[in-house]
Formats: sequence, C-alpha cells, structure tokens
Amino acid sequence: MNDEAKKQLANIDSREEPLKPKDRIAIPTQEMPTQDPIERGKDFTEVATGYTAEQAQLESIRCLQCKTAPCIAGCPVGINIPGFLKAASEGNFEKSVQIIKESSLLPAICGRVCPQETQCQEPCTVGKALKDVEQAVSIGRVERYVADLERDNGIVTPAVKSKTGKKVAVIGSGPAGLVVAADVRREGHDVTILEAFHKPGGVMVYGIPEFRLPKAIVQTEIDTLIAMGVELKTDFVVGRTRKLKDLIEKDGYDAVFVATGAGLPRFMNIEGENLVGVFSANEYLTRANLMKAYDRENADTPIIQSRKVAVLGGGNVAMDSARTALRLGAEEVHIVYRRTEKEMPARVEEVHHAQEEGIVFHLLENAKSILGDDQGLVTGMECLRYELGAPDESGRRRPVVIEGSEFIMDVDTVIVAIGNDSNPLIKQTTPEIECNKWGNIIVDDTGKTSMDCVYAGGDIVLGAATVILAMGEGRRAAASINALLA
Amino acid sequence: MNRIIETTQLSDDVFKLIVDAPLIAEERKPGQFIILQIHDDGERIPLTIADGNSKKGTITLIFQAVGRSTHMLANFKVGDEIAHLLGPLGTPTHIEKFGHVVCVGGGIGVAPMHPIAQGMKVAGNKVTIIMGARNKELMVLEDEMRTIADDLIICTDDGSHGRKCLVTEPLKELCENDPKPDLAVAIGPPIMMKFCAETTRPYEVHTLVSLNTIMIDGTGMCGGCRVSVGGKTKFVCVDGPEFDGHKVDFDNMMLRLGAYKKREADDHHKCHIELGIDWTADKG
Ligand SMILES: Cc1cc2nc3c(=O)[nH]c(=O)nc-3n(C[C@H](O)[C@H](O)[C@H](O)COP(=O)(O)OP(=O)(O)OC[C@H]3O[C@@H](n4cnc5c(N)ncnc54)[C@H](O)[C@@H]3O)c2cc1C
Ligand code: SF4
Ligand code: FES
Repeated sequence: MNDEAKKQLANIDSREEPLKPKDRIAIPTQEMPTQDPIERGKDFTEVATGYTAEQAQLESIRCLQCKTAPCIAGCPVGINIPGFLKAASEGNFEKSVQIIKESSLLPAICGRVCPQETQCQEPCTVGKALKDVEQAVSIGRVERYVADLERDNGIVTPAVKSKTGKKVAVIGSGPAGLVVAADVRREGHDVTILEAFHKPGGVMVYGIPEFRLPKAIVQTEIDTLIAMGVELKTDFVVGRTRKLKDLIEKDGYDAVFVATGAGLPRFMNIEGENLVGVFSANEYLTRANLMKAYDRENADTPIIQSRKVAVLGGGNVAMDSARTALRLGAEEVHIVYRRTEKEMPARVEEVHHAQEEGIVFHLLENAKSILGDDQGLVTGMECLRYELGAPDESGRRRPVVIEGSEFIMDVDTVIVAIGNDSNPLIKQTTPEIECNKWGNIIVDDTGKTSMDCVYAGGDIVLGAATVILAMGEGRRAAASINALLA
Repeated sequence: MNRIIETTQLSDDVFKLIVDAPLIAEERKPGQFIILQIHDDGERIPLTIADGNSKKGTITLIFQAVGRSTHMLANFKVGDEIAHLLGPLGTPTHIEKFGHVVCVGGGIGVAPMHPIAQGMKVAGNKVTIIMGARNKELMVLEDEMRTIADDLIICTDDGSHGRKCLVTEPLKELCENDPKPDLAVAIGPPIMMKFCAETTRPYEVHTLVSLNTIMIDGTGMCGGCRVSVGGKTKFVCVDGPEFDGHKVDFDNMMLRLGAYKKREADDHHKCHIELGIDWTADKG
C-alpha cells in the first residue's frame, strides 16, 4: 500500500499545473493497514496499524478544501478539518496536529474510536461525489497519524499559569474528566482527579480493548496531566469515601466536576440471566482488560473459558465483547441483534473487523430465555426471530417478533451488551443534585448542575454516548469553571 | 498509605489485620465493606469491615485464607502496604431501636457481625448473640462479643465449646419464645444464612443477611455481584450487602459463588506449597 502511495505522491509532485477537484477525487481512498484477520484473533495487539507518512499525506490531498466545510459541522467539537488536512497535505504534520488540538485534546484516541462515518465523514463532499461514505476523506485516519507522530516525538507538556490558590476536584478519569483536568489546570488552579478504580482512564481502559485502543495511548495523556501538576487519587469513590458535599464544605474545593460515566449495565430481564456464564459486557471486558484476565497463567482475576459465546447487542460494546471472547479462545462467537446491520450503532469499521475475524452475525434475532443445567451453568439460549415493522420514534424501523419462531442456540456463555444507564452512586448520595428520570444529571448550557460550584459532563449527563461528546462537554464545563474562578 | 499496623492469627486460617486507612475509618458505618488488591494487577477482594477507629484512622479486617490472594495477604507483615484499598462500600446497616435483636454469626461471619451488634446495642436494643463454628479453635472474637451481648450462645459442630448444635437450633428456640425477637441478623456461610432465613420464616421474624458475592468494581458498574431478591435482580455492592433473607434466592447465589471454585481449589493447594503453609493444619 505504501509503495503505491509513494508513487502517486511522486506523480503529483512532478505535475506542472495544480490539482483540480476532480483529480483529487480520483485519488483512491487510502486503506487502513491492518493485521491479518486470523493471526490477530489470537492476541490483543492493535488491529489497525496506522497510515504511513505517504498515505497520510496522499489522503489529505483528497480533501477539496470546501468553503462551506460540511465536515466541520459534522464534528461534535468543530475541529478545523480542512485546516489540519491542508497542513498534512503539505507534509506539515506538526502544524496539522496543533490545528486539531485547538479544538480536541485527545486526537490519538478520537482518531481511533470516533464514529467518523456518522460525524465528519458523513457529509464530506468527496464521499457525496462518489456516492459512498466509505470513499469520503478518511479524516479520522489522518487525525490518528498526526497525533501518533506527535506522541512518538514526545509530547511537550502544556504551559501552566502561575498558581491561583483555587482548588478543583474532578470526579472520574474518563475522557470528560481528563479534559477538564487539563483545561482547568492550565489556568493555574490546583486540580485533583478522584477515581474509583485503581487505574485512571475510565471506559478507555476498562471497556475499550487493547486491540482497538492501546492502553499506552491513554497512559500518555495521563502522564501529561501528571507532568502538568494534576494530582490523581485512585481508589476513591465519591459518595462513599467522601460525600460530594464534603469535598466543598470540608475539603475546601472551590469547584467540582462530575464525570462518573454511564456505568450501570442493563440486563434483558429474561429467565436464566443470573446463571453462571452470563455476564454483563462491563464485567466481561473489565475482567479481560483492566484485570488482565487474558493472561490466564499470571493474572489473579479469572475469566471463564468459553466454547461457544453469544453476545447480545449491536453496538461497539457488543463488538468489543465478541472480539475479546474470540481472543480468549472461544471456538465460536455469535452476535445476536434484533435489528439489521444497517441499524447497528457500532462503528462500521468494527463491524467489518468483527466479520473478518469470523464472528457470526445473527440479525433480526433476540434472546428469549437462557437455559441452564442443575449446576447453574449455561447450556443454551432460546431465541426468537424478528422482522422489521414501522419506524419508531428514533426513526429506525421497529423489530417485531415473529410468533412461534423460537429456536435454541447452543452456547455456554452469554454476554449482555445492550447498553448502560447512569451510575446512580452520586445521585443516591447527593440529594442536592437534580437528575432526570433516567438518572442523568441535569446541567444548564454552561455545564452547571443544580448545586452551586458543581458541574457535570460526559455520559453521566448524556447517557451512554461517545468519547468525543464527553470531551466536548468537558471543555464547555472547564471554560465555565475557569470563568467562575477567574 | 494502607500500611499494616498489626497482624494477628486468630485460628488456623483466619487472620486479623489492622490497617492505616484514615478516610475509610472516618466514613465507615456498620455493615459496610472494602475492596482490596494486594498488588496493582491483583484480584479485587471484598472484605467486610470488622471494626474501625476514626481517631487513630485505622480499620480492622478479618479474613480467611481461601484463594491465592488471601493466602498472600495472610503473609503480610507489620509495615507492609496493601496496594489498593477502596471503601467504605455498600449501604450501611439500618440501625435503630427495634427491641430484641438476635445476631447470628457463623465462622468468619462473626467479624462483620461485630460492628452491627455493637451498633444495635448502642441504639438501645436487647442483643442476643449466637456464635457458631466447626470447633473451639475456629471461634473468633468471643471476648469482644461477650462484652456486647445481653445473652451469648455458643455452638460448635463437634461440641468442643458451648452447645453441640447448629446455630439454627437456638435461633428456633428464640423464635418460639413469647415475645419473639423483633429482628434477626445472620452473617456467615451462604448455607448457614439460608437455613437461618428458613428457620425464622414461619415465625415471621424479619431477618437480614449480609451477602458476600464475587465482586469486581464494587460501585455498581459490572453486575458481577448480582443476586435475585424477591424476583428482582439486585447488585450486592450498592443495593446491599444486606438484604431481606426471606427474599434472597440463596441457591442461585451459591451457584454463582461457585463459578470459579475449581480454580480456587487449585490455588489453595498451590499456595500452601508456594507459601510453605502447613497443608495438614488446614481443614478448609
Ligand atoms: C466497551 C465500550 C466501547 C466503546 N466504544 C466507543 C467507541 O468506539 N467510540 C466512542 O466514541 N465511544 C465508545 N464508547 C463510549 C465511550 O467510552 C464513553 O462515552 C466515554 O468513555 C464516556 O466518558 P466519561 O468521561 O463520561 O465517562 P467514563 O469513561 O465512563 O469514565 C467515568 C469514570 O468515573 C469513575 N467513577 C464512577 N463513579 C465514580 C465515583 N463515585 N467516584 C469516583 N470515580 C467514579 C469510573 O470508574 C470511570 O473511571 C464505548 C464504551 C464502551 C463501554
Ligand atoms: S467536506 Fe471533505 S472534502 Fe470538504 S473540506 Fe471537509 S474533509 Fe475536505
Ligand atoms: S461488583 Fe460490580 S456491580 Fe457490584
């Protein structure tokens, strides 16, 4: 792939007249280099290995520099996309990443996990011209390349203004929390991150697996924060170790940012769901990722040795669970989803990768009950078939059960990946904070909650959403906190 | 942080640690627990807080060496640090003046019972304590419980101390009294709690049990600790650990607890060899 990219770049360089839009569109999309599908199913190393410099440059040249820049409108944090692509197309990758960083603090992460095909790449003119969103400019891949290059060269610790004497507590160390810590610390305020787990990073370390987002990338972000003087207290559950109110009243924090995420797994509420061998995706992934159970010989935390696994759901969480099960040695892994592939909320790339790796997709099917033996072990799953009916309020066609379509799927493990609700701990222990009926914290348009000096953002406000939205919310709240403390 | 101040071996495989943990000591209430890891990637072990001293900033943990991690913890010395200690977790015991409260502690379950019995006493209840163990050597905290109890009943399986019977026998007798107890609290092995609940059920004596399921995060995020209570799925780490014993599906809970049993048995054996613990001294 790279030789081809080199050749094309040389051709472009040797041209007399500048490239016309139709020449740019004619450049083929640069494919993402990936590991072999069969080989990669055996370990947890990253699947997509990343563009080369030539690929990144060539892909950037495909951008038409549209005046209207519909891509920017599609980006939740409004990154100057044509700007950073222009710099990259000129081979100025350093400038390119700095342009991204004006709006996004976590480009190496977002380049990997953002659902670009429904955000910036969806409205891209190039993709529209070619009538295929997969042929749009691969904005995310270029973003990842320039961010990785910066990291390889050593990230320069951002400057911190002189000490203000003000203190801010950030609860939770997922993307929302990390971004607030960075933005608030830069203004010279003392920042302490309080994290319940023994390691920082939130879903990015306990949920999203290594083969999709290497832990080292998240760790770099945390190392940078520490270098900026942010204090990190792990093993600290706000609400239990300390009440949120006490952080302000007893410990003297001037502001608090709540970013506790959507950590409350939903179950199906079907018979057999508490059998041995039924897991929430959160439990399965946490055992595998955070607790390193994939290292069966050395890890202290065990994980089940499965033969045949069914994963319920069609989002990123489901894809991650299925592909993790495969890597842990399952012979067969099935994804069971009650709508069709088109409705799957997962990133398209993850669905492709899962299919390549041999995950079996059962569409328009769903679990009815889980069957077990007298030892309480899963022996199978009773399923129902569905067909698509009229659209529901989300605009997606509602799946309708086909009566009498029951059949049994032979599995010994079931992973439930049908979504998360908000973690209720803060709500239960802080009556002053107002929540909606789903338990999400209510904030105004500055990110402030109903409690003075307390802000919130990320999944605890939005419900299970995305890294980039969590980051966007974090930046908004950080700006409000900085204004409050100025 | 989390430095060990004092260690005591209470019986063959039961150990007591006093740990420096000021924040937890300040906030903890009866019925709550902690989760610890002995190293960065260590297994997460939930242990009920047996006692605490907010002035000294210490908490007391009492545990039985059963798996790889608890065996290693048993080998910790004064001055060693526990890598990670999270808490206090769970909903505290609801303590008020009920009248006559019967506290039933089986084996190591006497440890978490201690602060609850103490709290009940301070709240003005008449407290009867039933303590059970396989034999005299395995009985822990007897002196501490004696100072709290209005009545203390000791039972052992082999009759080496107190009455030779199961804890359910004196519990049944108490339920038959008029007036019957106002509340029973049972903490111990799941099978014991199940039979305590069965014992009190016909007498309609409200019975609390404290569940110790497998846990990971302890904050309600993973659902690994879930149990069925009155037909509804509950998370022990946030909704519990205490539940109405008459509503808990103990059979399902015991099956779930056994999920990694084989691995635990292997570990137990391996640990005794690796750590040089006398295998013959262990009856567990
Ligand atoms: C398996 C999986 C795959 C995903 N894949 C993608 C993807 O490909 N692309 C994408 O954009 N998004 C993805 N998401 C969603 C994305 O990860 C989340 O939207 C994002 O992480 C939310 O960030 P956050 O900062 O709000 O919270 P989180 O990342 O959830 O972090 C919250 C943190 O707060 C801590 N915490 C909770 N309660 C307390 C407390 N009381 N005291 C102290 N600390 C506390 C938690 O331990 C956690 O570390 C995925 C999610 C999962 C589970
Ligand atoms: S829409 Fe596509 S072609 Fe147009 S500026 Fe954005 S990335 Fe470039
Ligand atoms: S231990 Fe994870 S939800 Fe209770």
